[in-house]
Amino acid sequence: MKVKGNIVTSTPKAHSGRRGWADVFFKALTAVSAGVVVLLIVAIFFRLVWDARPSLKEFGLGFLASSEWNQVTSHFGAVSSIFGTCVSTLIAMALAVPLSLIIALLLVELAHPVVSRIVGTSIELLAAIPSIIYGMWGLFVLRPIMQETVEPWLHGRFGWIPGLDLLLPGSGDGLGMLTAGVILALMVLPFITAVSRDSLAMVPPVLKEAAHGMGSTTWEATRKVSLRYCRSGIAGALFLGLGRALGETMAVTFVIGNSNRVSASLFAASNTIASKLANEFTEADEVMHMSSLVELALVLFVITFIFQVLAHLWLGRQARMSGVHA
Amino acid sequence: MRRLMIAGLVMCAALLWVATSSAPAQQAVAITGAGATFPQPIYTAWAFEYEKLTHVKLNYQGIGSGGGIKQIKESTVDFGASDAPLKAEELNASELVQFPLIMGGVVPVVHVKGITAGQLKLTGPLLADIYMGKVARWNDEAIRKVNPDVNLPDQAITAVYRSDGSGTTWVFTNYLSKVSATWAVKVGVEKSVAWPVGVGGKGNPGVASYVQQVDGSIGYVEYAYAVENKLAHTQMENRAGKFVQPTAEAFTAAAANAAWKNAPGYYMVLTHQPGDGSWPITGASFILVHKNIKGAQTAKAMFKFFDWCYHKGTEAAAKLYYVPIPENVYMMVEETWKSDIRADGMPVWP
Repeated sequence: MKVKGNIVTSTPKAHSGRRGWADVFFKALTAVSAGVVVLLIVAIFFRLVWDARPSLKEFGLGFLASSEWNQVTSHFGAVSSIFGTCVSTLIAMALAVPLSLIIALLLVELAHPVVSRIVGTSIELLAAIPSIIYGMWGLFVLRPIMQETVEPWLHGRFGWIPGLDLLLPGSGDGLGMLTAGVILALMVLPFITAVSRDSLAMVPPVLKEAAHGMGSTTWEATRKVSLRYCRSGIAGALFLGLGRALGETMAVTFVIGNSNRVSASLFAASNTIASKLANEFTEADEVMHMSSLVELALVLFVITFIFQVLAHLWLGRQARMSGVHA
Repeated sequence: MRRLMIAGLVMCAALLWVATSSAPAQQAVAITGAGATFPQPIYTAWAFEYEKLTHVKLNYQGIGSGGGIKQIKESTVDFGASDAPLKAEELNASELVQFPLIMGGVVPVVHVKGITAGQLKLTGPLLADIYMGKVARWNDEAIRKVNPDVNLPDQAITAVYRSDGSGTTWVFTNYLSKVSATWAVKVGVEKSVAWPVGVGGKGNPGVASYVQQVDGSIGYVEYAYAVENKLAHTQMENRAGKFVQPTAEAFTAAAANAAWKNAPGYYMVLTHQPGDGSWPITGASFILVHKNIKGAQTAKAMFKFFDWCYHKGTEAAAKLYYVPIPENVYMMVEETWKSDIRADGMPVWP
């Protein structure tokens, strides 16, 4: 045993020597790669702050309170862009989230596997369409539909209700907040659907079977078991969609109407931070204009960051409350 | 595995060798420029023709006047182009020389059912009121008054403007400021302004496609875009009180009165010019180059190209509805090249 042991242990030792070297190398590689990501984010943040200095100094917090964006007077404020970004994203999420969850549930729980595979693949293909195509489709196909059918219908049906009459005034030209929201909804839908479907598919069958065994209907099993089990997965899907909607540029620029005014009307032209950057960045030849655009980018960066932090906090709380570790 | 890797490395090395050794021996001259979209159709046409003749390649990017000014200041291009002329002080501060290369007209275009090209008449103050939202419907009293024989629908007006910074916008707002005191005070003149109403399209093509798309819209584009996209242009009342159609003759008439001699740094605005036949929204498009250029070979080729545009480019310009620079003006410009511009310390022209 002893003699043999020597021989036996010698082989793994040689192996472990080589493996040790590879492990160290691999570990260093992963550490560097991960570190670069963190470094990049920090570097982007500081670079944005640095380039935004003239505007930060000139307008201070007033930048976040003024809705004026005027190159003639060199006065810049972010309100209209922040408003447009938030409202268009809100419309998009309000439309896309219920629809995505319904589709995901259909694909996992109800549909025949063949149907599920066909529909699932088509939805994934939807995610692969470049955003400029959505923009062109939005301008040439969706915009006339919005102008001629959807907006008059909404106005006719709900325009008389006090309060809603401000949101849905008489005439629109199909370019504006609502059209942008609809386009964004179509763009985030495949992401939310695909991720929620994958997480719903990971619910252990034994849990669902147990629920059915206790006499639950499909609806009860879905609502109380499946949805609750993969809550964090679905939340992840929502935040993925939210991130995309906040930062989407080209498609929105095509249909939002690019105006710097703040209006309660959903039919009115507006702008988002990303679309304003796309429109004006190449043209900004004055220092104040340029630095204001950079500060706008900084605002978007911070908004996205805040949403991510809130998402993490919320997920953590949910996990603690349900006793499941996400 | 190792053998595979070695084989791969050898292949890469071979490819690299082939790629570097087969690079062309003689270097073709390539001139790069960027800026205004207003003259882009004619610059592109000229570049195409000129390359066929001389094999000198011109790469022009229509990124907008603001971008052109920025890029020439940063020396990322050989020349910048802008429809908004720079003031002499700004030229001196950045060591730039400015000169006009072509002129053209900005035209209002409309999309209203039943209204054909050249049918609708507009006055300057009326155009300003439309873009300020004071006149918001097509059957407004003010529009009907100047168009008694046109059937105007009861429809909202969608005013379309350029969402990006643009020399076309500069010329347009410059005109509106001259004809409307309210506009001058409330909005002003810039490459991009705080528009009181309307929607913004990116670039001339963006405005053109919005006007094509949206029923009841009005926009403003460089004339060639209006013709190419078959948009319905309007007539405009000029300073003499006459209604004129946008034509090459009308643009030329507006340019005829310009006193280039008295314009330091060729700072010249051609909007709202006198003359019975003058188109009121006419503009010149300017080239910006450094006073001291690095790289004499490219610089010499560039000025040869500009000279060719002045002399031989007139036919192509007329085809695209632009107005060539008159001979007495370009003779003056070429004198400026002679006296003011150096490349690697040597005169660049002739």
